[in-house]
Amino acid sequence: MTRPALPLWLTLALRHPLVWPAATLVCLFVVDVVHRGNFLSITLLGGHLFGAPIDILMRAAPLVVVSLGMTLVIATRGIDISVGAVVAIAGAAAATVLADDPSRVGAAFGAALVVGLVAGMWNGLLVAFVGMQPIIATLILMVAGRGVAQLLTGGQIIPIGAPGYLFAGGGYFALVPCAVWIAIAVTVLTALIVNRTALGLFIRSIGVNPVAARLAGLSSQAVVFGAYAFCGVTAAIAGILISSNVRSADGNNAGLLLELDAILAVTLGGTSLLGGRFSLAGTVLGALIIQTLTYTTYSIGVPPEATLVVKAVVVLLVCLIQSPAARAFAFHQLRRIALARRARA
Amino acid sequence: MSASPILETVGLTRTFPGVRALDRVDFRLYPGEIHTLMGQNGAGKSTLINVLTGVHAPEAGEIRLAGEAVHFSTPQEAEAAGIQTLYQEVNLCPNLSVAENIFAGRQPRKRGLIDWKTIHRRAEAALAELNLSLDVTQSLDTYPIAMQQMVAIARAMSVDARILILDEPTSSLDEGEVARLFEVLRKLKASGIAILFVTHFLEQTYAISDRITVMRNGEREGEYLAADLPVQTLVAKMVGLQDAGERLTHAEVAHGPATATDAEPYLAAQGVARRGVLNPLDLEVQPGQILGLAGLLGSGRTETARLLFGADRADAGAVRIQGKVVKLTSPRDAVRHGLAYCPEDRKKEGIVADLSIRENIVLALQAQLGWWRMIRRSRQRELANEYIEQLGIKARDAEQAIGLLSGGNQQKVLLARWLATKPRLLILDEPTRGIDVAAKFEIMDRVRALCAKGLGILFISSEISEVVRVSDRIAVLRDRRKVAELSGAARSEHEVYDLIAGDRR
Repeated sequence: MTRPALPLWLTLALRHPLVWPAATLVCLFVVDVVHRGNFLSITLLGGHLFGAPIDILMRAAPLVVVSLGMTLVIATRGIDISVGAVVAIAGAAAATVLADDPSRVGAAFGAALVVGLVAGMWNGLLVAFVGMQPIIATLILMVAGRGVAQLLTGGQIIPIGAPGYLFAGGGYFALVPCAVWIAIAVTVLTALIVNRTALGLFIRSIGVNPVAARLAGLSSQAVVFGAYAFCGVTAAIAGILISSNVRSADGNNAGLLLELDAILAVTLGGTSLLGGRFSLAGTVLGALIIQTLTYTTYSIGVPPEATLVVKAVVVLLVCLIQSPAARAFAFHQLRRIALARRARA
Repeated sequence: MSASPILETVGLTRTFPGVRALDRVDFRLYPGEIHTLMGQNGAGKSTLINVLTGVHAPEAGEIRLAGEAVHFSTPQEAEAAGIQTLYQEVNLCPNLSVAENIFAGRQPRKRGLIDWKTIHRRAEAALAELNLSLDVTQSLDTYPIAMQQMVAIARAMSVDARILILDEPTSSLDEGEVARLFEVLRKLKASGIAILFVTHFLEQTYAISDRITVMRNGEREGEYLAADLPVQTLVAKMVGLQDAGERLTHAEVAHGPATATDAEPYLAAQGVARRGVLNPLDLEVQPGQILGLAGLLGSGRTETARLLFGADRADAGAVRIQGKVVKLTSPRDAVRHGLAYCPEDRKKEGIVADLSIRENIVLALQAQLGWWRMIRRSRQRELANEYIEQLGIKARDAEQAIGLLSGGNQQKVLLARWLATKPRLLILDEPTRGIDVAAKFEIMDRVRALCAKGLGILFISSEISEVVRVSDRIAVLRDRRKVAELSGAARSEHEVYDLIAGDRR
């Protein structure tokens, strides 16, 4: 084979699934640093850390959390397009509790989480036990969920003023935004569940070959149901973070299109939409890529009307870079050009 | 047979990373002959075919078609030159009609639109050539696999093939269907077409071949006239062992005397049935005994296994485990009651291809333990290595993906998956399908050794000789019904054949 010989460590590193998402994130950072030299500088002000990276982390927190749940669902060959609606319901449920009595912060958190769990269980029920196709099953809640949220809020945007609740999405703890801590906690917890119990093995088996998994004595229905329930809970946590951050519950717009960002984050992280192998770390990187990209398009002064197009182009490029087939094609073309040049010289 | 070969290779060589898949292979195929390629898994048969059909390019050597050197860089070029290939799995579109499948991609047109009348007429004619009459407007999947294969042949023939390559075409056919396929092949041979045939079945090789080329470790071991090559010699040449042929002949003797049949059965099924799938059926499997299920494809063999294992739900009858009536409504229930099942379709129902050997081995045991009690990583590795050694699984290490292993090794991993659960009754559905001869013997040896330790086994195979050889008792199935049970001296291949054929003969 006439490939140029790369050192072994580099070949192995390039084969690691996290290399490309990590490289993408670094590229985005480089663009930001080139544009604004002090991009990476973090200052300590009144016991809080401030700076662009902290800002990105904080804003990415809800997406990270939802995407983790989405990763497990996608790994079982499913998809959950209702997470945006669940975010809205969870926020609305918390706001309703707080509207009655602003001191019942714990009850508000609890209400949001329970609502999210029930929503996830509903999806799981339809997919695992009724046997509906995941996209249709969750489409029901995607549409109906917004309606439920609006019923809860009475079609109004309910402001939230309870300091304890606002702490979750806007407060600081040990220098770092509380939202970031929550995202870290959910990430660690998910990783523990997946790696320290057999669920990781079960989810991968079901994703790769559901028939074989069932014949091996695995109760795939329970595992799939669990994945959707978990996804519902992560959406509820995101709902708490978002409603607390914007200090209101908006049944109409909270978490709008969040499901698409979450699916994108999972894909950017290297998890196949066909199910099977998944990477939680990749998903976290994917969510950070999306938030950094949003930040970058604003900060380098892309006109607001063009941001979505720029975002789409970058996402397309990232997807192409991650595709081995596309990389091989590009590599081949580059080599041909190089050879042609050498021949001319 | 004419004097000059239609297809010839000289010094064909092809390597893959770490493997010399083809090593200076000379091969000849004459028009009007059926030439069988034999060899174990990994002997280079598939690579040879892939090189002949333009899937892979050779690194050295030459392919000559009717005496002229040719280079195929794509399968399409090989097809255009008259080399048609049928792969193990039928490569057609099951949702299209028979006629569409035969003419897909080159539909005759009339005024720019597809000319359905001509297509149907010509499809019928193409099938008539093979002595078949089908409703060509029906979708392909309404016909059994064997018929689909005939359609694939009709498609190949309708484009003026000179050479027909068949890669294990019979692995999913029952005996009657094989006979039918062979009839068609003989007809094609008589019309001067050169046929290259790959199979693992020894009997079929002798039934159809004019000549046999044996391959071993990427090299051509030799080319023989089928009539001059005794089966023992053939096996010895394939596996490269002198005693392999002996083993084949004496395997029957090696089988110990039947253990007490009157022992209390581990599993007893009474009137187990499912409407449209299986008629009420009684079965008993004793610990330490092998019950063979013999019958044609579709006779209810696999269906019986699936009902007993809870993969499908029975709608009548009762299953007793050690005398107690149990409900087996899912594989999970069955596993809890000490049952294990190696399914017929290894790829689709057995292996979890992307996962490692270790993960595949621990899967059933872990499923039984539940998600909370995870088997420690170190214990998982221990288990995997234990079985890799015990069953002689050939792999780089336990972390290799199971999908990369050969069929025989995948089967051993599946066996390991179940052995890890310490089952009391193991259901083996075609455990040796698509596995080379040496591995076949090895797997059957292991099965018998397990049985000697008190494991009950329900053994299903379409090779009657294999069933007769290993089983203590044989239940014969016909038309989804148990027609007889043979034990002791009554077991003979002939008798089983007669029972299977029943009044149809």
